[in-house]
Amino acid sequence: MSDAPNQNKGPIARFLAAPPDSVGKTVFIAVSLCLVASMIVSAVSVALRPLQEQNKLKDKQANVLQVAGLYEPGMDVLEGFSVFEPQVVELETGTITDAFDAPTFDDRAAAADPELSIRLSDDPAGIGRQTKFATVYMLRNDDGSLDKVILPIHGYGLWSTLYGFIALEENGNDIFGLQFYDHGETPGLGAEVDNPRWKTLWGGKKLADEDGSLQITVAKSVPPAGVDYHVDALAGATLTSVGVDNLVRFWMGEAGFGPFLENLKAGEI
Amino acid sequence: MAQTKRDLLVDPLVDNNPITLQVLGICSALAVTSSLQVAFVMALAVTAVTGFSSMFISVLRNQIPGSIRIIVQMVIIASLVIIVDQVLKAYAYDVSKTLSVFVGLIITNCIVMGRAEAFAMKNPPIDSFIDGVGNGLGYGALLLVVGFIRELFGAGSLFGITILPTVNNGGWYVPNGMLLLPPSAFFIIGLLIWAVRAWKPEQVEEREYKIQVVEGH
Repeated sequence: MSDAPNQNKGPIARFLAAPPDSVGKTVFIAVSLCLVASMIVSAVSVALRPLQEQNKLKDKQANVLQVAGLYEPGMDVLEGFSVFEPQVVELETGTITDAFDAPTFDDRAAAADPELSIRLSDDPAGIGRQTKFATVYMLRNDDGSLDKVILPIHGYGLWSTLYGFIALEENGNDIFGLQFYDHGETPGLGAEVDNPRWKTLWGGKKLADEDGSLQITVAKSVPPAGVDYHVDALAGATLTSVGVDNLVRFWMGEAGFGPFLENLKAGEI
Repeated sequence: MAQTKRDLLVDPLVDNNPITLQVLGICSALAVTSSLQVAFVMALAVTAVTGFSSMFISVLRNQIPGSIRIIVQMVIIASLVIIVDQVLKAYAYDVSKTLSVFVGLIITNCIVMGRAEAFAMKNPPIDSFIDGVGNGLGYGALLLVVGFIRELFGAGSLFGITILPTVNNGGWYVPNGMLLLPPSAFFIIGLLIWAVRAWKPEQVEEREYKIQVVEGH
């Protein structure tokens, strides 16, 4: 092919026959390959984005259903989720706000937005910035009275930030369940936060004692407050357990959903 | 060509396995073999990437300038990995959650690069594609064997289905927690390499030096 006289060929054939190591060809190949590759990658990314976002949403909703004890394998998550009433809570005052559209409000994005979050100086949960607004999910009985409320919680374990939900009974003090939907803890050790048997330990525990001080503890031994406030720590996962303890106490305390739970107890919500 | 298409596909499974013979791609084999389901999806992802990257690189092989050939290969491989990652996130969200960063790390898997550089740069597209798929399957086969051992004895299940009920869940089997940690894959892969070389002694490398008895002068 290289024997054929070049002038008889079109520009493309001449280009193809040129030695690959010439400067012009090197630049051309580099630029055009990058262009083609980036176009293909962007096209795939844009085409698949709606599906991916739907998956993320579905995953989160399935977890809200699970922590409320309503999830059955194979159920229609979207339909099951419609029993919940999402509300955006302003953490500082503990009141429900209409400033945002609750079904689409993104807590994680808000925590990264300087306008909607604060930098924590006292940060036991290891989250850095805390959102000022959080989405909670209310579950109501048929007569409209509150049945359960599901609150988002997150904090640092050993390797990763654990994201999850805690479900409370209508009195705002009794725990119904706790579940993490996103974490990167050690499989077999810290990742046992996903173990169904460990998760059932949370059911029926109480957050605060009769004086209203927060007592819930994840620890190896039963705290002085008593067994109602104690969740057994995970064997072989001390730091993950400490992380879960910190994050639950943080989010249920004054800096977290404390004011909201006070309002709930006072019957103002 | 000395090798038939069938050889290209079958050879890397045992005789020229990228992990046991060439000892490539070990890092990801440690990370993604704690459960069979994850190992299986990873095997498919790597097979798809090695197959198609080898094919595209082979199509372009006469046009790729030697000075930037590694970068060109990386761009092609990286694009394919991003596509695989996006597809997994869209159609197999749960698995992509457990695979997390390791899909992205296929880019750094030496097997992909190795086949591109060693085979696809010198052979026609269809042969390269088959060679890539064969090597991906060879990697996948070993991943599945390691995943089988680790999940069965580490968590008492296979593909998430309980086989040996563990003590944590009220059964009798005390799982070997070490098998769920990455170092255990080192031991298992090491033992597998030993087993394969005992079965096929021709895979044993020649010693680089040998102590010899020199006849007395």
